[in-house]
Amino acid sequence: MSPSGAEVLRQIKSRIDEVDPSVVREQVTNGAVVLDVREAEEWSTGHIPGARHVPKSFLESRIEGAAPDRSQHVILYCQSGNRSAWAARTLIDDLGYENVESMTGGFTLWKDRGYEVDLPRTLTAEQRERYSRHLLLPEVGIEGQQKLLDAKVLLLGAGGLGSPTALYLAAAGVGTLGIVDDDVVDLSNLQRQVIHSTDRIGVSKVDSAEQTITALNPDVKVEKHQLRLGPENIMEILPGYDIVVDGLDNFPTRYLLNDASVRLQIPVVSAAILGFEGQLSVFKPYDGPCYRCLFPVPPPAELAPSCGANGVLGVLPGTMGLLQATEVIKLILDEGEPLIGRLLMYDALAATVTEVKVRRDPDCPICSRDPDSITDEEMGVFPDYEAFCAGAH
Amino acid sequence: MATVRIPPVLRASVGGEKELSAEGSSVGQILRSVVESHPDTQSQLFAADGGLNRYVNVYLNDEDVRVLDGLDTAVGEGDVLVILPAMAGGVG
Repeated sequence: MSPSGAEVLRQIKSRIDEVDPSVVREQVTNGAVVLDVREAEEWSTGHIPGARHVPKSFLESRIEGAAPDRSQHVILYCQSGNRSAWAARTLIDDLGYENVESMTGGFTLWKDRGYEVDLPRTLTAEQRERYSRHLLLPEVGIEGQQKLLDAKVLLLGAGGLGSPTALYLAAAGVGTLGIVDDDVVDLSNLQRQVIHSTDRIGVSKVDSAEQTITALNPDVKVEKHQLRLGPENIMEILPGYDIVVDGLDNFPTRYLLNDASVRLQIPVVSAAILGFEGQLSVFKPYDGPCYRCLFPVPPPAELAPSCGANGVLGVLPGTMGLLQATEVIKLILDEGEPLIGRLLMYDALAATVTEVKVRRDPDCPICSRDPDSITDEEMGVFPDYEAFCAGAH
Repeated sequence: MATVRIPPVLRASVGGEKELSAEGSSVGQILRSVVESHPDTQSQLFAADGGLNRYVNVYLNDEDVRVLDGLDTAVGEGDVLVILPAMAGGVG
């Protein structure tokens, strides 16, 4: 008569090495691969921090992804210590792993001891539906969507560029959107600033943008900064944001932003528009060039088109703003080739895109230095900074 | 003969053209030939010392001429020079 399951398990446990949770706790930090062999539903109720998940039913086919080296130290655990014993036997006898242990008492004993537990975050049923088209993309998935929900992005301006960027980042589920704008909605804005509406003329742009964003996606927290970005407030506003989206309309603030973002090591997704043409680049401090590497000094006021009112085709900031939003999402997801060290020029009339290389300047007055050495006094400063484009807006 | 792309801020100085064809075998020769035909571009492109203004970048195809040989960079038949001055948002 064949032995009972309990008898076989007893035999297996006598042949494999078992290890107490207190030892596993030390081994997690010593390079051992800790493998949770429970089912997905059990894993999602909590697991040992740093553990990998390979359900027992997929052990043979997936183990190499988690522990490619057969001489590696592998510790298995399940809920009570039985399934992991079976799994350990499989790894040793069938797959040739040399250094395998099974944790006694399983996750239940681990929890009873009061050891730390990782609770995997999950999306609500509503979020699964809302972001379902993201979840279908392998490049996004649940993990990517959670990165988006955790991300904090600061938009400088809820104007031509900021409007479409904010709308699509909100729709994508970027969890926190900071908006800096001291302006109110004007009728002449509505030709391109699609986050606002006719019935909100005279309303502050941060309030108007918040209303639209909240109506579109209540997952998004809006942080309103109703002010004009300047040397006196930039170091209070920027810290804590993961990415800054720059659609600034004047050079002094653009250099100030550059210097502060290098100091704080926050990437800036930057766009500029004029007439029928736009420019776009990503300045990721120390990974690529900064704005001063590209343009060491601003042009004189008479050549700086930002100093006066200029025409712009209404859809152009839409195009450029959405290219910015795309770059933001790529940076959050860490997917694709971000526009770092490259500058893209879009000509709407010709329907052409030209790309040029942007090099880091080894002598850059800002990003060639240690970020901590950049002082308040020198940020955004030029010899003729005060006189530059006086009253530029 | 090379093609020179003119950015929006300089177009008024070249009669509204987006692209010019200019003679020369180096970046410097080509830009000076642009200035000869369109004198208003002189102060926008060149600093008093004869070098390029620091706020204007010039690219030979997609490479910044400053990392090549500057104004001495050789330009071949059919090459494209892109002039890129700094641009701010322009419209809020």
